Amino acid sequence: MTTRTGNALAAQPERSLRVEHLVKAYQPGKPVLNDISFEVRGQNSVAIIGPSGTGKSTLIRCVNKLIPPTSGAVFVSGENISRLSGRALRHARRKIGMVFQEFNLVERLTVMENVLCGRLGYVSVWQAWRRTYPQDDIDRAFALLESIGLADFVHQRADSLSGGQRQRVGIARAIMQEPHVLLADEPTSSLDPKTSVEIMEVLVQLSEVHRIPLIINIHDVELARRFTSRIIGLSQGGIVFDGPPAELSNDHLKTIYGGEAWLQ
Amino acid sequence: MSGAEAFCRERPFKVNWPVRCAWFAAILYALYAANYLDVSWARFVVGLGNGATFLAEMVPPDFSRWQLLIDNLIETVEIAIIASAFGVLFSLPIGLLAARNLLPSWVTWPARTFIALCRSFHPVIFAILFVKAVGFGPLAGILTLVFASIGFIGKLFAEAIEEISLKPVEALRASGAPFISVIIYAVLPQVLNRFIGFASYQFDANLRNSTMVGIVGAGGIGGTMFAAFQRFDYDFLAAILLSIIGLVMLSEFISIRIKRVFQ
Amino acid sequence: MTTADHYRWQRFTPRERLARFAVFLGFAVALAASMRTVEVIPEFLYDAPTQVLDLFKRMWPIEYSYYPEGVHHALVETLHIASLGTLLAIVMAIPVGILGASNIVRVPALNWLAKLILVSSRSVNTLVWALLFVAVFGPGALAGTICIAFRSIGFVGKLFAEALEECDPGPIEALTAAGAPWPSVFLKGFWPQAAPAFWGIALFRWDINVRESAVIGLVGAGGIGMVLDTAMNLFHWDRVALVLLSIFSVVIIAELVVTNIRKRII
Ligand SMILES: Nc1ncnc2c1ncn2[C@@H]1O[C@H](COP(=O)(O)OP(=O)(O)OP(=O)(O)O)[C@@H](O)[C@H]1O
Ligand SMILES: [Mg+2]
Repeated sequence: MTTRTGNALAAQPERSLRVEHLVKAYQPGKPVLNDISFEVRGQNSVAIIGPSGTGKSTLIRCVNKLIPPTSGAVFVSGENISRLSGRALRHARRKIGMVFQEFNLVERLTVMENVLCGRLGYVSVWQAWRRTYPQDDIDRAFALLESIGLADFVHQRADSLSGGQRQRVGIARAIMQEPHVLLADEPTSSLDPKTSVEIMEVLVQLSEVHRIPLIINIHDVELARRFTSRIIGLSQGGIVFDGPPAELSNDHLKTIYGGEAWLQ
Repeated sequence: MSGAEAFCRERPFKVNWPVRCAWFAAILYALYAANYLDVSWARFVVGLGNGATFLAEMVPPDFSRWQLLIDNLIETVEIAIIASAFGVLFSLPIGLLAARNLLPSWVTWPARTFIALCRSFHPVIFAILFVKAVGFGPLAGILTLVFASIGFIGKLFAEAIEEISLKPVEALRASGAPFISVIIYAVLPQVLNRFIGFASYQFDANLRNSTMVGIVGAGGIGGTMFAAFQRFDYDFLAAILLSIIGLVMLSEFISIRIKRVFQ
Repeated sequence: MTTADHYRWQRFTPRERLARFAVFLGFAVALAASMRTVEVIPEFLYDAPTQVLDLFKRMWPIEYSYYPEGVHHALVETLHIASLGTLLAIVMAIPVGILGASNIVRVPALNWLAKLILVSSRSVNTLVWALLFVAVFGPGALAGTICIAFRSIGFVGKLFAEALEECDPGPIEALTAAGAPWPSVFLKGFWPQAAPAFWGIALFRWDINVRESAVIGLVGAGGIGMVLDTAMNLFHWDRVALVLLSIFSVVIIAELVVTNIRKRII
């Protein structure tokens, strides 16, 4: 499976996300995000850290226009998302996979149905209603579930799974979209430390195998250091650090989170 | 009532004056209203005597006109089935359109008004109007019950949708799924069981009401029942009532079975 | 992975599919059969818009002047029938509800008796109840009041019994352990827990009863329905419109009252 997708990918231009001068103000004059610009491409995985309420979730939701940005532009693999609406926006969203803190699965559907939800942007409404997906999608879904250790749970309902298993399903659903960028909003915050590490491993590994740039909002700086190749520090709506984990010093953390007592 | 409870906890054996006054007022009102309506014990007792004669005339029930009875029952069931089918069919989209957490207010407002209109009058009044519009017969009954079904299921269905978790909806919207697919995958699974519950409840209600719309000429067994009643044909009336009760019980039994299939 | 051995995936097991299919098929067949045999004359349906238009023309202008002489008294009577009927139902539903609550009365036979009363009250339509009581008590508000009361027992009693069964057994055990006599156990243990639900149910039923008492007059059980019946029989459509408008207003007001009181007590 990997080889097949890999070959197909080699022909495409590199997958990337570019955010330019992004501003979001829920109330006019009080921007939550102020002039954010950065770019992620290739197999890069980026962690976004910052104190609570600084706008990390807002940033991620602005990328796929779940929240409309006030100004600025977002490019996914070179295509400008920010001006799209309607069907064009839907088609653009297929290229953006999203993983949620609380998994956001449809509890009453089976694992398989939840994973196939990632294809809903591609199949017609009629096919979705009849649950007749292309055989290719079903094969890929099975392979994906196998690779993340959920092969035995295919027919179980999502509400019978543990938190870690649910998040795996959530990740598989995002990967099924064949996205050009994968966004994860605190994917480990509802999980215990051990499961958190496993989920980060799955995320990073899948994004590498499928060559999808990965952006993770995360509160756990240690996890961020361990699994990502780049860290963006947000504070009060602006980027205050952008670099590899090795360069992230305690001084930086102080500017990001403020205070220092917690560092002990 | 919370005040009363707090009162109990503080001084458990003191008399609760506000509640006493309320009961007293209720009794006074009852006396006044009974007087206004000319409801009296004497009339009640006379009525009980009538009731005994009435019951005596009902026994034994007269099933000799069973052919007519069966024809009427079939028409009653047909009205209920057709009205339920169309009522459910229409209330699904109308209930969806009335859900304020999925759609903007310029869509929900007309849908909610329509539902409120369907609920505002008793079905019999709708039946009267439909009899005027489409003439005597089952069509008026069907239309009546279709509207009643939309009013009932539409309202409850919209409320059920407003209570769902929006998280999967957000996830599917973020994956670029078309709106209708989002409904099919993220909304319907969360409310389908309740919808089926409402629909089967409404089927029972339609069956009961379709025995009644005939009183104003809208088809079904109600017409025959009313006629029997006006002709003082009480033993036939008893037969009609017994068959209605049997029908309602049968339908309750079936709907329990059907609910089990969808659990 | 080769393309030859595809994975199979289906939503339901074959048996589930079969059961669902059978239900849908059964309903489809019943529907088709009903549509074929029911005696609907399509011409009447085509004619409906003209008829409705004609109806509205006759209703307009509404004869407001008839309100004081012909409608007001009946409207007040309707409200009294609904309220008095509800009160009677409350008084009767409390004992029946208690009998029906299996955590209070631990005699299955009595529980069943209560259930029987509740079911038979509910499974007959209000208008049919009204017919029967008109036969017994003669036309007028007495029949209407008793009809409303009888129909409401089933509703209020059933929900009250359920509310009682949901009561937290903790305080009740404490009272029983302290040797309180049975009435005290009920008044201090069960009643405070079930009372908010009970008043909510009674209010809800009153709201329904206002709607129903407006139509039972059609079969002679008093209230504004009798005015409606007369006006229709005499083809006074402008009066019919007035009656409908009055019913509509009263129903809306009743609903507003209930919503407001409910907000206070919950
Ligand atoms: N819909 C909204 N309307 C108005 N203000 C909002 C809205 N959503 C978020 N905000 C505000 O925007 C700011 C950023 O919120 P956001 O959820 O993006 O923070 P966050 O960095 O993700 O926090 P956390 O780490 O706790 O998840 C907060 O101050 C919040 O109050
Ligand atoms: Mg957040």
